[in-house]
Amino acid sequence: MEVTLVHFLVVSTLLFCLGIYGVVTRKNAIMVLMGIELILNSSNINFIAFSRFGNFGLEGQLFALFVIVLAAAEAAVALAIVLNLYKTFVNVNVDEIDTLRD
Amino acid sequence: MGIYDLIFYLFAAVTVLSAFFVVTTRNIVRAAFFLLFTFFGVAGIYVLLGADFVAIVQLIVYVGGILILLIFGVMITNKITNVDIKTGTIHTLPAAIAVGLFTGIVGAVILNTDWFQVDTKMPASTLSTLGNMLLNEYVLVFELLGILLLVALIGAASMARK
Repeated sequence: MEVTLVHFLVVSTLLFCLGIYGVVTRKNAIMVLMGIELILNSSNINFIAFSRFGNFGLEGQLFALFVIVLAAAEAAVALAIVLNLYKTFVNVNVDEIDTLRD
Repeated sequence: MGIYDLIFYLFAAVTVLSAFFVVTTRNIVRAAFFLLFTFFGVAGIYVLLGADFVAIVQLIVYVGGILILLIFGVMITNKITNVDIKTGTIHTLPAAIAVGLFTGIVGAVILNTDWFQVDTKMPASTLSTLGNMLLNEYVLVFELLGILLLVALIGAASMARK
């Protein structure tokens, strides 16, 4: 079967849904971050696939680069937050950190 | 089925399977290493789509930067003597059902849509085009991203040092 746009979209859908599953079910904050990275990667596949098959130049690849930059910034800030959580609560399980709740 | 299709299926299988193991294994270090294979598979898919520069950036930034940062976070937030670095899970069954439904819906929409597609001839190297676009039409975004990275760097450092 000839590989077309649909194949890339299906791969990125699977990646996105696995990422959502990871974000929803994992307790450890770093595993949640890994799920977010999967979601960002799937969006990047979509950008580049549409840039390849959509006949409008290389804008899609440029936006994929922007997404990669944002992912790097997000990982750095999120890891700083996780380190602070670890210092305050001694664990990084997102379901146990609920001191804001009454 | 040409060699291009075979390579695509290989990379797609590597990406999706290792992503599946990332979200199902309970060992965090193992998940981090499966994430490595996912990033490599995604970089391969970028190459197949003619995006050579983005693939290289993916390898350098994700594998060389973000993944190392994540493993660093795992090592710092678990006692090193604690050999089994495990993560708990919550709401596994409802999440699996909901995500499965969502996958089915989005997949059906994708498969039943008549996509507009042109098989664009990609240039052999996208580097000069991307560079020209980055410093002409998108120079404002480029500068803003530079400022954003600076802010994120300072913010992360000051938050982590407190």
